[in-house]
Amino acid sequence: MTAMQIIFLITAVVTLFAAFRVVTTPNMIHAALWLIVALFGVAVFYLLLQASFLAMAQIIVYIGAIAILMMFVIMLTRREMRDRGPQTGSQWPWAAVLSALMFGGIVWMVNSTALPASPVADVPETSIADLGRALVNPNGFVIPFEVASVLLLAALIGAVFVAWTRRHS
Amino acid sequence: MGILSHPIAVIATWLRELFLGWGLSEGLTTVLLYLIGAGALATLVQVWVIFLIWFERKIIGRFQDRLGPNRVGPYGLLQPFADLIKIITKEVIIPRDADKAVYLLGPIIMDAGVLAIWAVIPLMPMVGMDVNVAALYTIAVGAFATLGILMSGWASNNKFAMLSAFRTVAQMIAYEVPTVLALLIPVMLAGTMSLQGIVEAQHVWYIVFAPLAFVIYFIASVAEVGRTPFDLLEAESEIVAGFHIEYSGMVFAIFYVGDFLHAFTIGALGAVLFLGGWRGPGAEAFPLLGLLYLWIKAFLVYFLVVWARGSLPRVRIDQMMNFSWKFLTPLALVLLVVVAVLDRFVVDLGLWGRALSHLMANVVIGWLVLRYLDHYDKVRESKRQMVAQPGQYPVARPPVPVETPTEAAS
Repeated sequence: MTAMQIIFLITAVVTLFAAFRVVTTPNMIHAALWLIVALFGVAVFYLLLQASFLAMAQIIVYIGAIAILMMFVIMLTRREMRDRGPQTGSQWPWAAVLSALMFGGIVWMVNSTALPASPVADVPETSIADLGRALVNPNGFVIPFEVASVLLLAALIGAVFVAWTRRHS
Repeated sequence: MGILSHPIAVIATWLRELFLGWGLSEGLTTVLLYLIGAGALATLVQVWVIFLIWFERKIIGRFQDRLGPNRVGPYGLLQPFADLIKIITKEVIIPRDADKAVYLLGPIIMDAGVLAIWAVIPLMPMVGMDVNVAALYTIAVGAFATLGILMSGWASNNKFAMLSAFRTVAQMIAYEVPTVLALLIPVMLAGTMSLQGIVEAQHVWYIVFAPLAFVIYFIASVAEVGRTPFDLLEAESEIVAGFHIEYSGMVFAIFYVGDFLHAFTIGALGAVLFLGGWRGPGAEAFPLLGLLYLWIKAFLVYFLVVWARGSLPRVRIDQMMNFSWKFLTPLALVLLVVVAVLDRFVVDLGLWGRALSHLMANVVIGWLVLRYLDHYDKVRESKRQMVAQPGQYPVARPPVPVETPTEAAS
C-alpha cells in the first residue's frame, strides 16, 4: 500500500463519518461544523486528484459560506439550537429503501466498468492556465461563464433593491 | 551543493538517505519528509512569536513615550519568557455551560489557519511549497482563522463572545473582497498565482507598479487580522474582550500567539507580493541571504501594522463596513480594470517603461480619489446641522417631545 492510498483511506473514513454525523447530531451548530469537515475532506480528494484549483475553490466557497450558514442558524433558531423531536420523518423506511437501491446501483455500475489500472495521462502543469483560457474562449465556456455572471449580477442588484431604504426628505 | 548555499536541500537529502537506509519505501519517505518539514516550520514560526511579542511591546512603549519591557534580561529581551512561564502555570478554566469540544477546538483552528499560510511563503529561492494556486490558497486557509474565532465565540456561551463572533463574520466578508482584488494585481502583473513565481517576476518591486494596490492590501489585511484600528472583535470598551473573554491559561495563549503570528504573516505576505520577497543582492547565490532579506521586508510591513496600532483610534462598526463596501471595494475594482487594460498596451515598453506607466496610472487614480474625498468631505460638512446650543437647551437633552409626569398623574 502506498502512502497516497493510506492518505486516501484516512480521508475517506473521516469524510464519511463527518457526513454521517451531519445528519445524526441533534445540535445544529455541530451539524454545520461536521459539514465543514466533510466538505474539507472532499477538498482533500480534489487535491489527491491534482485538481488544486478546484480544491481551493471548494474551501473558499464552502468554508466561508458555512460560517455564514452558522450565523443564520444562531439567529433564526431558539436559544437551545437543538432538535428535540424525533430525528426521522414518517417516511424514513421508503427513503432508506430508495437510498439502498441507489447505493447498490452505483456499486454495481462501478464494479461493471473496466477501470484502467494506472492513470491514463498525467495532469498537465499548466492546468489552471488552460482552465482560465477555456473560460474566456468563444469556442470554450465563455457563454455559460457570462450567463452565470449576469445571473449573479441580477441577484446582487435584487439584494440591493430589497435592502434599499428610500430616503424621505 | 554546500550547506551554506542550500541548507534545507542538504538536510533534506541527508534525511532522505537516512530513511531509505532504514529500509522505508520511497513514498513513505517522501510523506515523512513533508511531515518533518511542516512540523519544523510550524514550530519555528510559533517560537518566533516570542520575539515578536517583545518587539511589539517595545515599539508600542516608544509610541506611548514609555520604555517598554526593560527589567528581565538585556533590553527586556527575556520578558516574554517570564510571561510564558506565568501563563503556563495558570489554570485553564472552562465555563460550565460551554460547548467543551468546540470551545477547545476554536483556538487550535484559528492558529492552524494562520500557520497554514506559511506553507506556501517562499522563504528563499527554491524553498517552500511551490503550489500553482498559492495566492488563492492564502485566502482559502485564511477563512479558517475566522472560523476558529466564530467557533470559540459561540461555544463560550457568553453574550459578549457571541457579539464578537457576529462582528468577526461581518468583518471577514467585508474585507475579504478588497484583499482578493488587491491580491489579483500582483498575480496579473506576474502572470502566475504561484508565490515563488511572483517573487521571481519582480525584477522591479510591485510596490512601484501598484502602490495603491499595496495600500488596499495592507488596510484590508489589517482589518482581516482584526488589529487596531479594526479591532472591533475585541473592543474592550464595548464587549469586554470579545471572543476570548472566557479563555484563560494556555488556551488563551494560543489565541495570543495566533494574533501576533497573523500580523507578522500579513507582513511576510505583503513583502512577498509587493516588496520582492527574498530578492536582493546575492540572494540567488546564497539562499540564506534571501531569507534575511525577506525577514527584513516582513518586519517593515509588520512595523507599519504596529505603527497603526500605536497611533490610530478604533473605528465605529458602521464606519468600518462603509469603508470597505463603499470605498475600498470600488477603488480596488477600478484599479483592477485599469491595470488589466493598461498592461495590454505597455507590455512591450520594457521593464521600466511598464513600471513607470503603471505608476503614473496609480498616481492619477490616487489623485482622483483624493479629490473625490475632498468633495465628499465638503458636502458632508455643508449638511451638518446644529443639534444643541448652549444657553437655549442643554446639550444632553435633544429636542424630543417628552411627556411631563405631572400630566400623567392628573
